[in-house]
Amino acid sequence: MSEEAYRPALQSYTAPQEILDEHAELADQDDTPDVFEDTARSKQVAARQSDYHLRRFNRADGQGEGEDESYEDRMRRINLQREEERVRRHKEQLEKDKTEDEKMVLDDKTPPRALAGDETPPRAIAGGDTPPRDTTPPKKKRRWDVEEVKEEPGAETSAAPKRKSRWDQTPSEAAPEVKKSRWDQTPAASATTSAITSTPSVGGMMMVEDKRYRRMTDEELDGLLPGGEEGYEIVPVPDDYRPAPSVRKMVPAQAEHGFMMQDDSDAARARSAAGGMQGSQEQTEIEGIGTLQFLKPEDTQYFAKVLGEGGGEDDDNSYTVEELKERKIMRLLLKIKNGTPPVRKTALRQITDRAREFGAGPLFDKILPLLMERTLEDQERHLLVKVIDRVLYKLDDLVRPYVHKILVVIEPLLIDEDYYARVEGREIISNLAKAAGLAHMISTMRPDIDHVDEYVRNTTARAFSVVASALGIPALLPFLRAVCRSKKSWQARHTGIRIIQQIAIMMGCAVLPHLRNLVDTVADGLQDEQQKVRTMTALSLAALAESAAPYGIESFDNVLKPLWLGIRQHRGKTLAAFLKAIGYIIPLMDPEYAGYYVRECMPILIREFQTSDEEMRRIVLQVIKQCASTEGVTPTYIKEEVLPEFFKAFWVRRMALDKRNYKQLVETTVELAQKAGVSEIVGRICNDLKDESEPYRKMVMETVTKVIASIGAADVDERLEVLLIDGIIFAFQEQTLEDTIMLDGFATVVNALGDRVKPYLPQIVSMILWRLTNKSAKVRMLAADLTSRLAPIIKSSGEDGLLSKLGVVIFEQLGEEYPDALGSLIAAEGAIANVVGMTQMNPPVKDLLPRMTPILRNRHEKVQEATINLIGRIADRGAEFVPAKEWMRICFELLDLLKAHKKAIRRAAVNSFGYIAKAIGPQDVLSVLLTNLKVQERQSRVCSTVAIAIVSETCGPFTCIPAILNEYRTPELNVRNGCLKALAFVFEYVGEMSKDYIHSVVGLLEDALTDRDHVHRQTACAIVKHLAIGVAGLGYEEALTHLLNLVWPNIFETSPHVIGGVMDAIEAMRLGVGAGPILSYVLQGLFHPARRVREVYWRMYNTLILGASDAMVPFYPNLGSSADLASGQDYTRHELMMWV
Amino acid sequence: MSELRYTANTQLEQLHARYTGTGHADTTKYEWLTHQHRDTLAAIIGHPPLLGYVSIADGECQARERFELIEKMVQPCGKPPGKTDD
Repeated sequence: MSEEAYRPALQSYTAPQEILDEHAELADQDDTPDVFEDTARSKQVAARQSDYHLRRFNRADGQGEGEDESYEDRMRRINLQREEERVRRHKEQLEKDKTEDEKMVLDDKTPPRALAGDETPPRAIAGGDTPPRDTTPPKKKRRWDVEEVKEEPGAETSAAPKRKSRWDQTPSEAAPEVKKSRWDQTPAASATTSAITSTPSVGGMMMVEDKRYRRMTDEELDGLLPGGEEGYEIVPVPDDYRPAPSVRKMVPAQAEHGFMMQDDSDAARARSAAGGMQGSQEQTEIEGIGTLQFLKPEDTQYFAKVLGEGGGEDDDNSYTVEELKERKIMRLLLKIKNGTPPVRKTALRQITDRAREFGAGPLFDKILPLLMERTLEDQERHLLVKVIDRVLYKLDDLVRPYVHKILVVIEPLLIDEDYYARVEGREIISNLAKAAGLAHMISTMRPDIDHVDEYVRNTTARAFSVVASALGIPALLPFLRAVCRSKKSWQARHTGIRIIQQIAIMMGCAVLPHLRNLVDTVADGLQDEQQKVRTMTALSLAALAESAAPYGIESFDNVLKPLWLGIRQHRGKTLAAFLKAIGYIIPLMDPEYAGYYVRECMPILIREFQTSDEEMRRIVLQVIKQCASTEGVTPTYIKEEVLPEFFKAFWVRRMALDKRNYKQLVETTVELAQKAGVSEIVGRICNDLKDESEPYRKMVMETVTKVIASIGAADVDERLEVLLIDGIIFAFQEQTLEDTIMLDGFATVVNALGDRVKPYLPQIVSMILWRLTNKSAKVRMLAADLTSRLAPIIKSSGEDGLLSKLGVVIFEQLGEEYPDALGSLIAAEGAIANVVGMTQMNPPVKDLLPRMTPILRNRHEKVQEATINLIGRIADRGAEFVPAKEWMRICFELLDLLKAHKKAIRRAAVNSFGYIAKAIGPQDVLSVLLTNLKVQERQSRVCSTVAIAIVSETCGPFTCIPAILNEYRTPELNVRNGCLKALAFVFEYVGEMSKDYIHSVVGLLEDALTDRDHVHRQTACAIVKHLAIGVAGLGYEEALTHLLNLVWPNIFETSPHVIGGVMDAIEAMRLGVGAGPILSYVLQGLFHPARRVREVYWRMYNTLILGASDAMVPFYPNLGSSADLASGQDYTRHELMMWV
Repeated sequence: MSELRYTANTQLEQLHARYTGTGHADTTKYEWLTHQHRDTLAAIIGHPPLLGYVSIADGECQARERFELIEKMVQPCGKPPGKTDD
């Protein structure tokens, strides 16, 4: 006995506590990698954008405070930049030529990259006012372990170990490898990184408290470090050495940026400022601002004036009006950007309401720089954009001087990868265009059209297309025509044509009225001397044709000839663009023209089959698809001219590896099959079902499936049939990837073949039977899934013996332990039971159902759903085969399923209650359900009420309503509420039948509608609604009026659900008692002195007007009076006074 | 109520744009009654027996009566009252 006492039984084994502690501690220190850092960064917009997107930071124009430059200034500057760019290119070219010459002479292998230093960005020459961070390329990810070594000149003393382990934990190493971020560095710490610095300068507070980190004495150091006899010597402490006092003192190192750190009281703020570096979600209370969700270090720079000492509103008395405005705006912006939702909401409203008072200048001077901040996160950007949107509405034309600045900031949103950002950007620019007017927009954006930077031209083109959609294409057409014919620079032409492409993409079929004008505007670009312009022209023609389809071919008349000449002249990218344009224009043509043009361009397409350019291959596929789908192309042409080359070039394994190629190839082949027929296509590829590459087999299978699903298998001859079935069985058996393509394909092909599949069924079923007992769970699952797909076709082929064999084998497999496989097995059994019927089912239902009862307790959703479906089916069709006791047992199990997350499961469970109640009578089931109203869980209660209603629908309301009324007397809120809800569902389901029960429930409703609990009244209103709709027109007006009188006092409820319920009930009363009586109720408050009352009454009046304006005509009050007549208004409805 | 300023009221504007005859808390007596009159006239035109009845009372043919009722819909209650200062 005593020995056992020494051996405590351990439940689990884990690392010693001190090691765990140490790791936790390590994680707290600054120089350990934070595994979540990358996640935090990805929230920042700039961190996950591509280099191209980040070029937005290169736009120096339009930044800084103040209004836009004048048009003249900007044009001059842009011209200057272009000239500089030209000179730079020229010089580069000269240099290159020179080095190439040298290279030839010396045979020097130096890569021309050595010149990279010369590649100064043009802006740096131009402005010189660039902020320093812009000159270095943006860091994509801050790798904790690389960069810092570079920046530190004296770092050779130690090759910094990446992680500290306990063994190298000497203070001598602790100091130098401090990771430097802007927040933890002090001048003192970085200047002296001597090896004997024993002050732990990192995470000071924590380290001092920890015993292991206490300062080492000289003796200890002597013991640890090599001494004089090994040739080392102890150097004296340098004079200028000042140990960093404490960690909290390090933060104010930012003071030169304007952020003042308080000593004591603001400790919390300091911590949040430091912690906020990685977007901490800690809420902070800041005096004068309110509760903020987070505060980033960058924010403290921007909002320094309202954050530091004297930032509070109390100090506002010593400022001028302008400064006060600025401080107010900053406070509001901080609240909007960082505040908790309620704070944000009020601030947003304030800034909107006072926008005109603040003025455009001060507002945008504060908002726009925030949007250009590099650490901006999605949510912040969204909020700031929202501010601009709201403010724009209010400012209207006051915004004019700031249009360019706003555009610079908003345009990048148009090419954001996030759809919502793009939508927001479009919204803003279109509002901006409406506020500033076309002339101003054009003069603002004109200089950017031939900007040297392609990025600027791209975003400007997109912005212009938004302007066009906001102000209408016709307004912009003259300008576009001029730009597209610009003689001065090809960039302008390029951008102009791109604008038209963007217009087509954005506006879709809305370009149709202006199609000819748009096409004519770009038409000249096809013969432009610049290759880029020609390409862009073709692309924009493709976009125009795509959005005009299937109309508008006559508008393209002018460009057909150059396009067709073009595909013979061009190569490479331009050719791809031209082909794309043709591909989109051909479907618009009349059949005979289309056929002619297809035959014209087919040789070129077939030539391009061989290309190695992926983009070109996709375009060729696309064009082939479009050509094949036109009427004018004959099947023989496709079969003889296209297919042989097509299959040789494209049906190769490599195409299955890239997802876009895969998709395009399948689509094109299916389209070709529509013309060439099933056997032509399937015959060519069905041997590939046995290919050794699985992705390729998958692609073949998907194509076969789609072809057969759309055209059917009537064309498949006997030989092909054998090959196909053989191939499919092979592909199915060899499947390792997790998807349903093989399964779908199998089912589609077999179903399409219909009874022709009968000879193969024994083979297929024996394959399934074999695989049902396979070692791998996935194989078993797939076999079961296939069974459920094939069950109907096996039945219709008359192979009942096979089905019953399958049924028995699956029944024996129900002990399956993998839930996915089990779910599939049960679903298969269900499918078999479905087609065979309950009486013929083998195994018999009376054996099957008791086997299902324990499985109901399985927690896995797939299993639950399959089981409940099977049980519901049995309860519906074959309840008599199972004893009532078993059904009651199942009832109790079903209650648990009402808690399921998946709606399908809950719905199936609730329906099963109905079937079971029908089979064994409602009494027992009902008592189970009514008892279940007492449980805590809301979802379970709600489902019980639905189940009660279903029971009363299947077994008649008279079986349930007395029980519900009786249960309502339980003095428990949940139960009473549940009863009301059940009644609401009952009356909803039984409809007209409720006329027999209306008088029985009036007493209950009186009680419920006068209850203190508003949820009670809301549910009672739902009952009244369904009652009123059910008995409308059956002569129960007196009871309904009574109920209306009880509902009416609730019209001033404020909770949205309650007021919604009340309004619904009143609207239902419009049907129940008629529009006239309701109008007379509503008239009482339409012109009430209190606005709050009037608003409610007008809401009801509006619903009356919507529902029954004609019916109210006879009920309008007679309001004619002599006083009105005297002032010129005659309110008497004379037509109604006529009497014959 | 202040919530409604940004949400429900935008819907209210759409409601007014889509359905004539709907009103709001600031609808004047003149606007309200004008809509009522138009509804009434439309109801008479839309129910042929009623139109027949009114045309007999007026001693006009139905087409004429119908035309006049439609004409009357422009300003069924006369000119709008002059603006008060609020």
